[in-house]
Amino acid sequence: MSGAVVALEHVSTAFHGHVIHEDISLTVNRKDILGLVGGSGSGKTTLMREMVGLMQPTSGRVRLFGAPLDALPDARLAALRNRCGVLFQAGALFSALTVFENIAFPLREVRTIDQSFIRDLVYMKLALVGLDSRVAVRLPAELSGGMIKRVALARALALEPELLFLDEPTSGLDAVTAETFVDSIASLQSELGFTVVVVTHDLDLVHDLCSQLAILADRRLVAHGPPQEVMRSAHPFVQSLRTSIRGQRVFGAMSYP
Amino acid sequence: MRTGKTLEGQDTITGHAGFAHERRTGEDIVVLTGYWTLRGLGDRIPALARALKPYAARSEVHWDLTRLAAVDSVGALVLRRIHHEQRPAHWAIRPEHAALFRRWYGVEIPAQPPRRLPPLPLQVATRYARGALDQSRAVITLIGQFVLDTGAILRDPIHAPWADISATIYESGARALGITALVGSLVGIVMSYLSALELRAFGAPSYIVNILGISILRELGPLLAAILVAGRSGSAMTAELGVMSVTEELDALAAMGVSRSMRLVLPKIVALAIVVPLLVAWTDIIGLTAGMITAHLILGVGIKDFLLSIPGSVPVINPVLGLIKGVVFGVVIAVVASHFGLRVKPNTQSLAEETTNSVVTSITMMIFVDAMFAIAFRSVGLP
Ligand SMILES: Nc1ncnc2c1ncn2[C@@H]1O[C@H](COP(=O)(O)OP(=O)(O)O)[C@@H](O)[C@H]1O
Ligand SMILES: [Mg+2]
Repeated sequence: MSGAVVALEHVSTAFHGHVIHEDISLTVNRKDILGLVGGSGSGKTTLMREMVGLMQPTSGRVRLFGAPLDALPDARLAALRNRCGVLFQAGALFSALTVFENIAFPLREVRTIDQSFIRDLVYMKLALVGLDSRVAVRLPAELSGGMIKRVALARALALEPELLFLDEPTSGLDAVTAETFVDSIASLQSELGFTVVVVTHDLDLVHDLCSQLAILADRRLVAHGPPQEVMRSAHPFVQSLRTSIRGQRVFGAMSYP
Repeated sequence: MRTGKTLEGQDTITGHAGFAHERRTGEDIVVLTGYWTLRGLGDRIPALARALKPYAARSEVHWDLTRLAAVDSVGALVLRRIHHEQRPAHWAIRPEHAALFRRWYGVEIPAQPPRRLPPLPLQVATRYARGALDQSRAVITLIGQFVLDTGAILRDPIHAPWADISATIYESGARALGITALVGSLVGIVMSYLSALELRAFGAPSYIVNILGISILRELGPLLAAILVAGRSGSAMTAELGVMSVTEELDALAAMGVSRSMRLVLPKIVALAIVVPLLVAWTDIIGLTAGMITAHLILGVGIKDFLLSIPGSVPVINPVLGLIKGVVFGVVIAVVASHFGLRVKPNTQSLAEETTNSVVTSITMMIFVDAMFAIAFRSVGLP
């Protein structure tokens, strides 16, 4: 099926007169895995929040599943968000609820699933993200950083989203954990066929996961397309990415003109 | 190109889950159709499970899953349930679903843990006793540390947290002037009005000075000011410490080698010990003034007469006692607020609980302390 899952149309954002984005247009198609890369503070998280409708851009328009977010009644917006899963940068788990209750929370909101089903689904999701079932009774404060990201991913996947937003999923994880995390997202995506927007500055992740790459720099979208093509761009930010040591290692095998 | 509009419509996403029963070459075949997904199944799970149970009970039935439009973990779980956690003996699936089913059938779902028995009365009692002991120990430690910190400050006054103390004085004192004035004047008016009605009947209007003077200076002023401070600042202090523990700021302070009792607890105790008596004096003055004006309007007691007769009818020990109570109340509020603030566990529910505990406990404690004062000074300053 064709059609853009997310479409940004000439989006600009300013906080208190301080401009973050200027005229950004971008579409994400079904089953794409889009990497959104940019320096710290370049407005990646802000752009992601606008895609989910948590924030309105100063000008321009965002379409989610084809529906313009600025002219949508609350009930419709809620229904659209229901089809998205969001993994926030810091996890944003409910601190007063156990891991089990955190994952069960969105399922309980559906109201068509009975309790014993919810229980089984929660344990399925836990296994899906590679967590032991004994973790279920713990509170978020009793988890390590990597476990928090996993639980947050399990919660984001609870409602079988068609569109998954990941905000720096590997930041703060050790190399091995980050790699298995990326692998599990990749295999889940190929099995379930959802669309992914992943905000990151982890080049390994971009290389292993992304089918599309968008680069934010100087308040604009400076390059967009398949990673191999984008990395060939002449923009100074992309050049600096490419010539950085990690860039050399990750994309060095490719030949550039 | 079709726009995203179609994606949002009912057709694709909530296309219903269903099944068909076919007989082909003498075999029973169950064909699953549509979207066996969370949204596609919707509230039809029980009905589908009931309808499919008889087929699942017969092991010779073939299951054809190749015509599914989509399947996700909810759909897989329904299938797994009706087959009692087993794969059907004969089934056909699409190659792209193979990995999914392998994954879902591989998941171990732990058995439901046995329900815990309700605790015995003795266990409950010991738990409460232990909790009480625990809290008393924590409070005593807090006060002991405060005494040690005070000693350290007396030896080295330059390094005392003066900035924090003065910020707390401003926050809890200066910014509470409005609300204490409002409450004080209202209570002064009410007291004066009610007493005036009674005194007029007895024909002893000049006693209004004794009644207002003693009740406001000795009891109402200190309690009102302190209760307002407990509600305004006590809760804020607990919440502040609580959020600091949630966001690991307390650990960050400790890691910098900064003593939390010196930087967070001591300024609160010192500031409230200074601020509450000042607020008491302020509330006293406003309350008395409001009462005096009311008495003037209702009983015709002259303003000048009222003022001149205060020293004669209200022994000076009464306002002094009120101010001393103010100091004690201030210390109680700060200690209770810090104690509960430091007990907050890193989650939102605990934060809410301890903030409530803080306010309720400090108000209860203050009324208790007030009663102790009343008993201890029963023969002082009263006619
Ligand atoms: N609520 C806000 N108010 C003011 N400025 C903000 C707010 N949120 C983000 N910013 C600013 O917007 C810029 C982009 O932030 P963010 O999207 O979080 O960056 P990134 O995720 O790329 O690191 C930063 O300069 C940040 O200071
Ligand atoms: Mg960010």
